[in-house]
Amino acid sequence: MIPYIAVFAPLVAFVLAGLFGRYLRPAGCQIVTCVGVIGAAIATLFLFVDVVHGQSPMILHVMDWITVGTFKVQWALRLDQLAVVMMCVVNIVSACVHVYSVGYMQDDPHKGRFMAYLSLFTFAMLMLVTSDNLLQLFFGWEGVGVASYLLIGFYNYKDSANAAAIKAFIINRVGDLGLALGIFATFVLFDSINFADIFAQAPAKADEMISIWGYQLHGLTVIGLLLFIGAVGKSAQLGLHTWLPDAMEGPTPVSALIHAATMVTAGVFLIARFSPLYEYAPDALQVVCVLGALTAFVAATIGLTQFDIKRVIAYSTMSQLGYMFFALGVSAYSAAIFHLMTHAFFKALLFLGAGSVIHAMHHEQDMRNMGGLWKKIPITYALMWIGSLALAGIPFFAGYYSKDMILETVYADHTGFGLFAFWMGIAAAVMTAFYSWRLILMTFHGKPRGDHHTHDHAHESPWIMLAPLFVLAAGALLAGTYFYHDFVGDVAQRAVFWGHSLFVLPENDTVTAAHHVPSWVKLLPIFVAIMGIIVAYVYYIWQKDLPEKTVRAFRPLHRLFYNKWYFDELYDALFVKTAQRIGQAFWLYGDRDLIDGYGPNGVASVSKRIGTWLSAFQSGFVSQYAFVMVAGVITLLLWLAFRGSLLGMG
Amino acid sequence: MLEIGIAHYLTLAAILFTIGVFGIFLNRRNIIIILMSIELMLLAVNINFVTFSAHLGDLTGQIFTMFTLTVAAAEAAIGLAILVIFFRRQGSIAVEDVSHLKG
Repeated sequence: MIPYIAVFAPLVAFVLAGLFGRYLRPAGCQIVTCVGVIGAAIATLFLFVDVVHGQSPMILHVMDWITVGTFKVQWALRLDQLAVVMMCVVNIVSACVHVYSVGYMQDDPHKGRFMAYLSLFTFAMLMLVTSDNLLQLFFGWEGVGVASYLLIGFYNYKDSANAAAIKAFIINRVGDLGLALGIFATFVLFDSINFADIFAQAPAKADEMISIWGYQLHGLTVIGLLLFIGAVGKSAQLGLHTWLPDAMEGPTPVSALIHAATMVTAGVFLIARFSPLYEYAPDALQVVCVLGALTAFVAATIGLTQFDIKRVIAYSTMSQLGYMFFALGVSAYSAAIFHLMTHAFFKALLFLGAGSVIHAMHHEQDMRNMGGLWKKIPITYALMWIGSLALAGIPFFAGYYSKDMILETVYADHTGFGLFAFWMGIAAAVMTAFYSWRLILMTFHGKPRGDHHTHDHAHESPWIMLAPLFVLAAGALLAGTYFYHDFVGDVAQRAVFWGHSLFVLPENDTVTAAHHVPSWVKLLPIFVAIMGIIVAYVYYIWQKDLPEKTVRAFRPLHRLFYNKWYFDELYDALFVKTAQRIGQAFWLYGDRDLIDGYGPNGVASVSKRIGTWLSAFQSGFVSQYAFVMVAGVITLLLWLAFRGSLLGMG
Repeated sequence: MLEIGIAHYLTLAAILFTIGVFGIFLNRRNIIIILMSIELMLLAVNINFVTFSAHLGDLTGQIFTMFTLTVAAAEAAIGLAILVIFFRRQGSIAVEDVSHLKG
């Protein structure tokens, strides 16, 4: 019963709030959805005790879905350790965000609909993480995509929000094509899309080739890369990342839940889930590693220069996702999931804290118009500190354990790719600390730079918004210490915790190797983080003219970072403009000229011309009619008279 | 001596009929001429009737001619009546002006 509550309570809440919201009123919707998701969260905690501590993973069969020949798909809940850890993250963060939204959205006329969407998202995400086969995973994958689309575009009176929603949806389609092709390739190679079959057969198929357009390619690498394309789209890795910053157009709770804590980590989950397959596709893992490292670095550089408080956190999210991916790339799946979990707590905390600031400032998001807020909203200020300390990886906060672990695993990998990721990660760590404190110092310290009226009326958020922040802050403080040994401890302990849900070949076990790296590797991330913080203080408190000077000294570089490496411009020129031009051509020459020209319009104009020509016969002169009649009669008579002879001759 | 036979009568009728037909077709001036042309064609037909009646020794043709004349008279009367009304309406009976049937 407990697993079903954990998974289906949000669905019930969505159906009630979504379909009967009219009768429930906004308040009823808020109660229904909050109760549903909090119930699911509590059920998940029980489930965690059962499955993870009780070491009894289970697969619950819900019902059959499709059976065609050898292709069998079922609705089933695969509740192993990995799924339950993900469910905990999803349900706890979701519950916090639901409660927070009650306060944050109190002035919105459509808060019932908003709550329904949040519950829909939660259910889709749970479907994704509990799926037992690729098709159900795809269902969840698309479900969270739809919910994300609906929520980014929630302020549908804003053109920018609609554009951002469509952008997110379309860019995700690119990734989803990769995922879909990956599913097809899996079926070709394994003749099944059920996880159990795939993982059982993976070692046997390690050397199998797959034929694509006549090329013989290594099957598992192809599948790995295709699934990774899906992950790149959903998790906003470099190349398909441009939707994530724009997704900040959605309400802040959405950013916290979907675009920081849960949905964007689906890609990480996907690859961790397919660890039994990726272990036999080292080439695919190297691609994952390099792209993750590049993402971590590039996103951090962009984060340095942004002024929108939510965009800074969005780029930080992207950067942290990069960390998770390069950890996956060196087979440190458990470290990636560990960072996924701690990141979910502190990033949701940061986002909701930023939401609290935005709420206090009456929807002001530009940090240049903030400043000096810490006395006005001290609780939010303290919580933002906790979130930022965890993000920067300062010792004993959650992020410290997971981020250091990741950097140690990539170092311990001892390959060129690992070292590349390590140094990219260190560089990103400096920048992470710097922009986190830049955010704090610009927002909370210094003189108020914005509108005096707004500043004077800034107020601490109500308790319904602060309470969830405390839950998340507790996670950001304690999750690292508490789970360190279970998630990424020594081999035996991990084997107990993860069971068979994650698979690592003994020779690829970088997490074990990470415990034996030189001590400078362990200390360097802490050192650079503290450096980043000090530099931020120098720039924004002690030497306030320094930012301006630095920008002037490195103008081309600053312009590159500030304009997000010109990805949007590049894609606009390459794809958007091309698509528009092709569309224009099809419309003008295909539709208008060819189809309309020869189709409806052509037929119409021909019949019109025939009609005009024929109507000339109707002159209105009776004499002409008579002439034609007589001429006709004569012709008929002649024909009758000579018919016989004509036919006779014929 | 020239014997006036059936061929002459028929030729006369044919000429009259042709004049009538062309009177309708080529006439551009007024509708009265059309009515006259119709009379002419009817008369041509009557001549044919009478000719064949005499030639075949059968009175039916001549009796039929009487009917035709009656009908022709009635038709002429109706036609002229329409013409008068038409003239009152249009102020013209020129054939060119009578083209209301045009679509």
